[in-house]
Amino acid sequence: MLAFVIQRLVQSVLVMLAVGFIAFALFNFVGDPISNMVGQDTTMADRAALREELGLNDNFVVQFARFVGRAVRGDFGLSYQQARPVGTIILEKMPATLELSFLAALLALVVGVPMGIYTGLHRHSWVSQAMLAVSLVGVSLPTFLIGIFLILFFAVILHWLPSFGRGTVVHIGWWTTGLLTVEGWRAIILPAITLSLFQLTLIMRLVRAEMIEVLRTDYIKFARARGLTNRAINFGHALKNTLVPVITITGLQLGSIIAFAVITETVFQWPGMGLMFIQAVGFADIPVMAAYLVMVGFLFVVINLSVDLLYYVVDPRLRVDREAVAGG
Amino acid sequence: MAEIAAANAASPARPPPGRWWRIADSDLWWSFTHSPVTVAAAAIAAAIIGAALLASFIAPHDPYDLASVSLLDATDPPAWLDGGNWTYPLGTDNQGRDMLSAILYGTRLSLVVGCAAVTLALLLGVGLGLLAGWRGGFVDALIMRVADVQLSFPAILVALLIDGIARSVLPRQVQTQITLYVLIAAIALSYWVHFARTVRGSTMVERDKEYIQAARVIGVHPVRMVIGHLLPNVIGPVLVIATINLATAILTEATLSFLGVGLPPTEPSLGTLIRVGNDFLLSGDWWISIFPGIVLALLILSINLVGDWLRDAFNPKLR
Amino acid sequence: MRNSEPLLKVENLRVEVPTKRGTLVAVDDVSFSIAPGEVLGVVGESGAGKSLTGAAIIGLLEPPLRIAGGRIALAGRRIDTLPYEAMRRIRGKEIGAIFQDPLTSLNPLFTIGHQLVETVRTHLDLGPSEARARALSLLKEVGIAGADDRIAHYPHQFSGGMRQRVIIALALAANPRLIIADEPTTAPDVSIQAQIIALLKRLGRDHGTAIMLVTHDMRVIAETAHRVAVMYAGRIVEIGPVRTIVEQPSHPYTIGLMASIPRTAGRRDRLQQIDGTMPRLNAIPQGCPFNPRCIEAFDRCRRERPDLMAAKATEAACWLYADAKQPAHA
Repeated sequence: MLAFVIQRLVQSVLVMLAVGFIAFALFNFVGDPISNMVGQDTTMADRAALREELGLNDNFVVQFARFVGRAVRGDFGLSYQQARPVGTIILEKMPATLELSFLAALLALVVGVPMGIYTGLHRHSWVSQAMLAVSLVGVSLPTFLIGIFLILFFAVILHWLPSFGRGTVVHIGWWTTGLLTVEGWRAIILPAITLSLFQLTLIMRLVRAEMIEVLRTDYIKFARARGLTNRAINFGHALKNTLVPVITITGLQLGSIIAFAVITETVFQWPGMGLMFIQAVGFADIPVMAAYLVMVGFLFVVINLSVDLLYYVVDPRLRVDREAVAGG
Repeated sequence: MAEIAAANAASPARPPPGRWWRIADSDLWWSFTHSPVTVAAAAIAAAIIGAALLASFIAPHDPYDLASVSLLDATDPPAWLDGGNWTYPLGTDNQGRDMLSAILYGTRLSLVVGCAAVTLALLLGVGLGLLAGWRGGFVDALIMRVADVQLSFPAILVALLIDGIARSVLPRQVQTQITLYVLIAAIALSYWVHFARTVRGSTMVERDKEYIQAARVIGVHPVRMVIGHLLPNVIGPVLVIATINLATAILTEATLSFLGVGLPPTEPSLGTLIRVGNDFLLSGDWWISIFPGIVLALLILSINLVGDWLRDAFNPKLR
Repeated sequence: MRNSEPLLKVENLRVEVPTKRGTLVAVDDVSFSIAPGEVLGVVGESGAGKSLTGAAIIGLLEPPLRIAGGRIALAGRRIDTLPYEAMRRIRGKEIGAIFQDPLTSLNPLFTIGHQLVETVRTHLDLGPSEARARALSLLKEVGIAGADDRIAHYPHQFSGGMRQRVIIALALAANPRLIIADEPTTAPDVSIQAQIIALLKRLGRDHGTAIMLVTHDMRVIAETAHRVAVMYAGRIVEIGPVRTIVEQPSHPYTIGLMASIPRTAGRRDRLQQIDGTMPRLNAIPQGCPFNPRCIEAFDRCRRERPDLMAAKATEAACWLYADAKQPAHA
């Protein structure tokens, strides 16, 4: 078990280094950092001096090491666009994205898994067919379209919910939360639904497919032959076997919610990391892009690692007992 | 249940039939015609694609001709509402362009980008997959590692990144001209992985089969072996993936355009139109984004449905 | 011939499957009975309908397969028309079943103790510790060493032969009167086969359990069964005591079948082979289904389909024996 954990940790660190490398390459080789930082009047001599001062003439490895060192401490330099430390900008925007993503993930799970189980068990009922039809729409419609339709309906036509922004937020330390105010909740509903829909349909289809597959196995057949109740078969055996592989895939999917937030935040003008990233791309604000990359990479790696460990706990086949494969 | 499957596959004794008859009698056609949803979807997709391809012929106006566009006609509502007229059946956008024409041309653009991206992804993915599966060892490990790392990031992000990099690397004048190509490349580079993985798996399975061993023994050149013998046998699932990815590619392009990093408003795709219209949604000029939205939704949905049917039809387990 | 009521009585069972190209008959007018404690072997090629007959009896036919006719009675009580819940109570408690592949018949995520206790408590009114005690005794009975420890192990921690024993234990958990064993010896290797056969025989004797042993392997039947039913293209073509079937088969198919078994004792002639293959379900010939491959076939065979009739020392569905005295149906 320990060996497994260590192996995965090492892998995670390697992936982070790779991501960091890409970010670093972005930083230093895409465009000229100096030209992006200074005005047009700055003389060549001054530019050369600045280059020397910032250590841009140093050895590649040294620069990378310095980059990693700074990154670990959260220092990503200054944004080209806002001339503020990127780290500060990220800290400002992160709570908005995290709250939204968390809520969306929760929605996707809480609605998607039961729907998947239901449509897996009752394959041919009209309720299932209806759910599947809706899910197909959820997978086909681009997230931004869903957001737009929701805005049109609930904000423009019905005037029930706001169409942009976070509403009123409360500051707790460096964190800002919209979950403690009514306006905050009203503002987060539509974006959360929009963000969760794609994942929700994916989870539902996955759980359903897995459930159907499991219900076809020999051990379920044998369980039926032993006269176990439908309840025991569906919710004891089939459910457990369905959820185990679903956990991994779902976990990874939920990680990508954070990245998909980019679209939702744009539609709803939600002041999070995603919107920040889009604005950075449009402006070619490299430091912000690089920082976002590293942040997202880090979150992914953490999620992947957690999912792997969870899988290990849940599936007994991974905990090999050498002693017992004896006897005839 | 083997006997049941065997019985289904056997056809009664008859003289060898012609090609069209074989298609008409095949299981594939039967399952197609017996699935009304798929038939409807295919019809809708064909209609939209057909209209888009014929855009130059059937569009009432040319939305790119700046001379014919007048700001006086800006944001006119659709013909059946107050203030609309039938010269612009679906209304006009904020610059006075006819929505119907813009949608037709925009759909064509979306389709072009989607197909080109999928084709590129297919070529790249199949090529790399064949290489990885055939060579194995280090080459395989390398390609698969890259694939794994890329897969853990959503395609949108990858596409955004590539687009952003291109934007900052290329000088400004060139940017607008080659936006189309950058977009296609960005999307293609996000989706090659699915093709590569599937083809690699199939290649590894086929590689050890006897007909390949036989060809090797005879001395057939590796490239010829791979392309001539191996490829036809691994191409099946690739087609299914390609269809489903076409819908995804169109979706991705629309999303990128919506986010502002795709096709510009001067040559708008459906996504760009929606973005432009988004700003006017709150003021009540809904048609600028809703009509393109509906067309986009129908297009993706119908392609997805056909792709779903294709996947089920090719899946031996569900026969 | 029988003075006791048969445990299982199958009459004119017919299993159909509707397909795109019409309805196919997989089990056609099959009748037989099994006495309490008797081992009936059901032998035939793959696709002859033996497994489907077993599935029909225990009520586990998967749609679109369905019972289209006939009658199945357990201890005099009709079971083929029972509603789902009533049939479920019979499954495991009165009729048990074991299937071919021990590797996939056990849920990998639960310990075998859990799966045993669950089965026991579903049918018998026992508390947790009593159920566990019963599970332990079952494990010991099927020959799992160190049962006290092994009961908490997962299926992947057992070897193939051990897993097969666990499966037998599971099937016996609620002490059913009949077990349908579908190819129980195909998967493990030969030495394990022998052990499993011995185990089945012993358990049958000890508990008085009747066994319907479905297999394509005649040697297993020769060792284990009291009577044999030979199936071909969905029908029973011959049925009788095992020794008679092996030594004096009547139906040409059975004769061919026995001749094609390699023997080490006695004369070692060339292995015989029956020309041709069993027909597919959508291409079953008119008359006797075996007639295209039968060396004794004559005109009547191609026109009329024979039912089981008395033939030498068994019953065979063959016009060769058309003049013999009809037996009282047993």
